[in-house]
Amino acid sequence: MTPTVFDCETSTVREINVALRALPSGSSATILNPKGRHNLAVGMIKDLNITFEGSVGHYVGGLCDGINIKVNGFCGWAAGENLMNGTIRVTGNASERVGATAHGGTIVVEGDASTRAGISLKGGSIAIAGDIGDFAMFMAQAGILLVGGNVGEALGDSLYEAVIYVAGTVKSLGADARYEDITESDVSKIVALCETAGFTHIDPNNVKRIASAKQLYNFNSLKEQKY
Amino acid sequence: MCGIIGLHLLDSELEPQLGSLVTAMLTQMSDRGPDSAGIAIYGDVVDQGLLKYSCRSDDRNFDWISLAAKCGTRLVRHGEGVVLTGVPGLQSQIESHDVSIISTGVAVEVFKDVGAPISVLERFDIESRVGYQGVGHTRLATESAITTDGSHPFSTHDDLCVVHNGSFSNYFSVKRDLEALGEKFLTENDTEVAARLLGYEMSHGRDLGDALKVLQKTLDGFYTLLCATQNEFAVARDSVSCKPAVIAVHDRYVAMSSEYRALAELPDIDKAKVFEPAPNEIHVWTR
Repeated sequence: MTPTVFDCETSTVREINVALRALPSGSSATILNPKGRHNLAVGMIKDLNITFEGSVGHYVGGLCDGINIKVNGFCGWAAGENLMNGTIRVTGNASERVGATAHGGTIVVEGDASTRAGISLKGGSIAIAGDIGDFAMFMAQAGILLVGGNVGEALGDSLYEAVIYVAGTVKSLGADARYEDITESDVSKIVALCETAGFTHIDPNNVKRIASAKQLYNFNSLKEQKY
Repeated sequence: MCGIIGLHLLDSELEPQLGSLVTAMLTQMSDRGPDSAGIAIYGDVVDQGLLKYSCRSDDRNFDWISLAAKCGTRLVRHGEGVVLTGVPGLQSQIESHDVSIISTGVAVEVFKDVGAPISVLERFDIESRVGYQGVGHTRLATESAITTDGSHPFSTHDDLCVVHNGSFSNYFSVKRDLEALGEKFLTENDTEVAARLLGYEMSHGRDLGDALKVLQKTLDGFYTLLCATQNEFAVARDSVSCKPAVIAVHDRYVAMSSEYRALAELPDIDKAKVFEPAPNEIHVWTR
């Protein structure tokens, strides 16, 4: 099926988002001249295939469920924020907070990502081919972050159950994050995520695993507690 | 909020387009800063022994021709903007005619005013300007009143200009320290403190990159700073980096802005390396 074409030069973001929501499940759409506009393809709750021909602004693909988005370029803040399910692929670099609070799905960045990648991640997977900045995965609760390159300061500060895999170097770990031995189950998860992401530069057996030391994390819902 | 933009041309063939490129960039940042706008244009470098004075008067009918004659300077008008060129040291003579000097330098000219960015740019005929570097700002006032003097860029020393997105928390104590060292402040604005701190450090032998390192240690707050001198163009971020910054590096130019959409119309932007700088980083490009 030929994709429906939208042009940000002739339509507003709201017009494009409304038209995308009206497309039947399984449709494809190509969006021309995004030119850094914010809030593109936000809140789509069906399986649409959307390609952006150029760089996008903040919050692309936020709050979506079942979407398949490709950005041919750079993306601004918080791509895939609160993603429930589906995939988002960015061919360039990503700005801050990629995948913030995402509950599910897969976010792939073929370049580098800036600070706060995966902040408060609640599920799903984020795969970054290159380097990432500081404060990644702060208070991440569930899900996986895989980094093909190097990582900045305070990685995984106050982690819960989320797990981080890093192929390169880590400048520093945040409070309560620690290195752990990599297991067979980790290797198979990394292999699967690399396959989904199309990454061939990561040796799954030569990756650091970072998880919570659980010294700060001591919620116990079964215990009688006063909040 | 506030929006900042900057364009540092590496390819002289783009210089005739500087004005139209920075006009498009700054217009995209209008909704980040609707209160006032300003721009520094670097170009038309004057001969040795001369200095350009960008001037402003509250009186729209001010007689610039007779002021230029009295001070022995050449007068160039860019829309409502005024640039006098003469020997160095004319500041007090010019200011004695109830005129504000908003920049001095061999290359820099600064134009700023309150109002919507697009109308400010039109008022100073920025679109037609030729030059090698531009630094602009759209302001959403937080720290001091909406006045032309409180608008950015702040140019406190020859050819230095600073634009800022964010705010400093300890600027009053830094201001007192700089006043004790002889710096004279013209506004209540926090960005003027940053500009004077950089200017003071550079007049004591540091280059822009080292002066920015001093600033990062001295000033507390959240900020993305874009600064330029006659030959340098620099971006600095604080340690938390909650204020936006996007940099594009291309063979023909280096560009910076608060958001990518300000960079989207630059020539061949798809071939540029576009990235967000990391916390505490200082990036400096030198012509």
